[in-house]
Amino acid sequence: MLDKLKKLLENIRQTQFVRSIFRMGGGFPRDVRQRMFVMLNNFFMHLHPVRIPKHAIKIKYTWCMGGLSFFIFLVLAVTGMLLMFYYRPTVEFAYGDVMDMNEQVPLGIMREIHRWGAHLMIITVWLHMFRVFMTGSYKPPREFNWVIGVILLLLTMLLSFTGYLLPWDQLAIWGISVGSNMAAASPFAGTEGPGASLLKIGSINFVHKGADARFVLIAGRFIGEAALVRFYVLHCVVLPFTIMIFMAVHFWRVRKDGGISKPL
Amino acid sequence: MEAIKNFINACAVPSRMFPVIVLLFFFVFPVNSFFEKYNKLFFLDRLWTKKGGIFLFSTLTMFLSIGMLDENFRHTVSKPDNLPIVGLIYASLFFLWVALSQARENDLRLEKNEKPKEWHDSQEKILVWPDLVSIELIAMLFALGFLFTWGILVDAPLEEPANLATSPNPAKAPWYFLALQEMLVYFDPALAGVIFPTLIVVGLMAIPYIDNNHKATGYYTFKERKLAITIFLFGWIILWLFMMVIGTILRGPNWNFYGPFEYWDPHKVEALTNINLSEYLYVIGLNMGLPGNIFIREAPGIFLISLYFIGGGFLLTKTVFKNLFKSLGPLRYSFFLVLLLFATSLPIKMTLRWLFNLKYIVSIPEFFFNI
Ligand code: HEM
Repeated sequence: MLDKLKKLLENIRQTQFVRSIFRMGGGFPRDVRQRMFVMLNNFFMHLHPVRIPKHAIKIKYTWCMGGLSFFIFLVLAVTGMLLMFYYRPTVEFAYGDVMDMNEQVPLGIMREIHRWGAHLMIITVWLHMFRVFMTGSYKPPREFNWVIGVILLLLTMLLSFTGYLLPWDQLAIWGISVGSNMAAASPFAGTEGPGASLLKIGSINFVHKGADARFVLIAGRFIGEAALVRFYVLHCVVLPFTIMIFMAVHFWRVRKDGGISKPL
Repeated sequence: MEAIKNFINACAVPSRMFPVIVLLFFFVFPVNSFFEKYNKLFFLDRLWTKKGGIFLFSTLTMFLSIGMLDENFRHTVSKPDNLPIVGLIYASLFFLWVALSQARENDLRLEKNEKPKEWHDSQEKILVWPDLVSIELIAMLFALGFLFTWGILVDAPLEEPANLATSPNPAKAPWYFLALQEMLVYFDPALAGVIFPTLIVVGLMAIPYIDNNHKATGYYTFKERKLAITIFLFGWIILWLFMMVIGTILRGPNWNFYGPFEYWDPHKVEALTNINLSEYLYVIGLNMGLPGNIFIREAPGIFLISLYFIGGGFLLTKTVFKNLFKSLGPLRYSFFLVLLLFATSLPIKMTLRWLFNLKYIVSIPEFFFNI
């Protein structure tokens, strides 16, 4: 019986159709040669090298934190897209839509996974940075990948910040108020920032409540419909797109810089 | 029990807890031979052994679980959006231990002129399929399981619909920004909300270009990178995590301080009023009114700030950082010094606030400029 099943599977693998999908024929790689080819001939595996030094796969060394940050990002992308099916970014509907996700969807935990995943990603990114620092992995030739990393850190936190407003509840609007009020204190660019009152000709102020850093951030004098749309677009399109580009460069650099850092 | 709780509440006040923690920090992470001596004397280096790890873990767990018996503590810590911070406290302690226990092991090897542990491992090459991909698969399943469990057990919060007319007290940003919000207590929003965050990002990016000790790459060590690691850990543990925990757990209505076991009474009054340096000098010291001219009024503060950056910088260069200046060269060193002086200005300002109720050193509200 088992033999027959194995034979059947083998036959399926040998069909033109399966062989056209997996460039190597889709068999489970058994010897060294096949194991090397599977890494080279699969787009997703191609992110990895074929061979690596043994310390690089020790959990004690990398803590898996970079990889986990990426994986959680993917989980957030998938759950986020599911949420987008139900969520309308308007003052009229936003809160109710989120409420419905909590109460109407049977077994619905996508919102939970998305929210807790966001918290978790912040933690894993921080810990990843901590690991990279403690192993001295930012030193040449990896300096610039560290810089890209800091940008990724910033983007991760901005993604969380923009997402925080979307449920449109008290927690959201007041959490974001604290942040956007700080923007009003930007030097020169915020109405309540140092130097802003110097930027004027005669009695005409260039920086005022209708034209300052806070206004740019929340698209108005106070947090309302326009801010919601602005944060929605940033959260669902602009920032994820940007972070994906930086991640791609980050991974590419890890490999071009000689793989995971190792002692000389 | 009440007496113990009151005692802990009193100890947790930042002006008491912060100096103790900072002091402890330098003995736990000894930068030089002076601290190293005491580090050994008090067995603090043993924290990074297995037993030390168990000790750290059980102390934290004991404190948290006894704390959970208290209603007020339970209330703040178990808010759904605050749970991650409890996880973060555990995770950062655990990984601190993971890093430093390996550093300790390697340092012992290096002392004997042996290669670090990672060097031996890295001599052998392995295939990514199946050795790495299987680990990745397990890690992914584990993370997914963890998220699902968390999602099933704890509902995502949804409060009343947004309403700009009724503000909650306190209005808090999400926990990962609370170190910044906590800084607002001591600094003007322009500094705490814009300039310091910018400097944090710039400072982080500058690390690889400032640290020119290119030796210790690819393995955990403390002894070979004492200064770099101590500075980084000071920023990470004290200026970021510690401030964040205070901001999340110990700040209640009106951003007043509340001990871990204290009821968040919205009517608690903080009697203290903070005073600017100019008022200290002209009104209290010289018994006269504040000068009308802004520059005369603020000259003492501006002088102090310049003294801090120029005089302090000069002094540090001539004394503790003499060798560092030589090895970094003028350009790297200047960047390092400016960033460091900005970072240390936070604990200094905090101390000045606690000792003298000092509000701002330079205060020009006319231009929204306060330091
Ligand atoms: C969205 C956030 C991030 C993702 C998804 C990510 C992902 C990764 C991955 C998968 C690796 C391979 C090794 C490992 O897993 O440790 C890596 C390495 C690295 N990361 Fe990140 N990272 C992120 C953020 C950061 C941050 C915040 C920093 C530092 C500020 C950073 C700096 C580096 C450096 C320097 C390496 C090379 C390490 C080595 O060679 O040992 N990354 N990153």
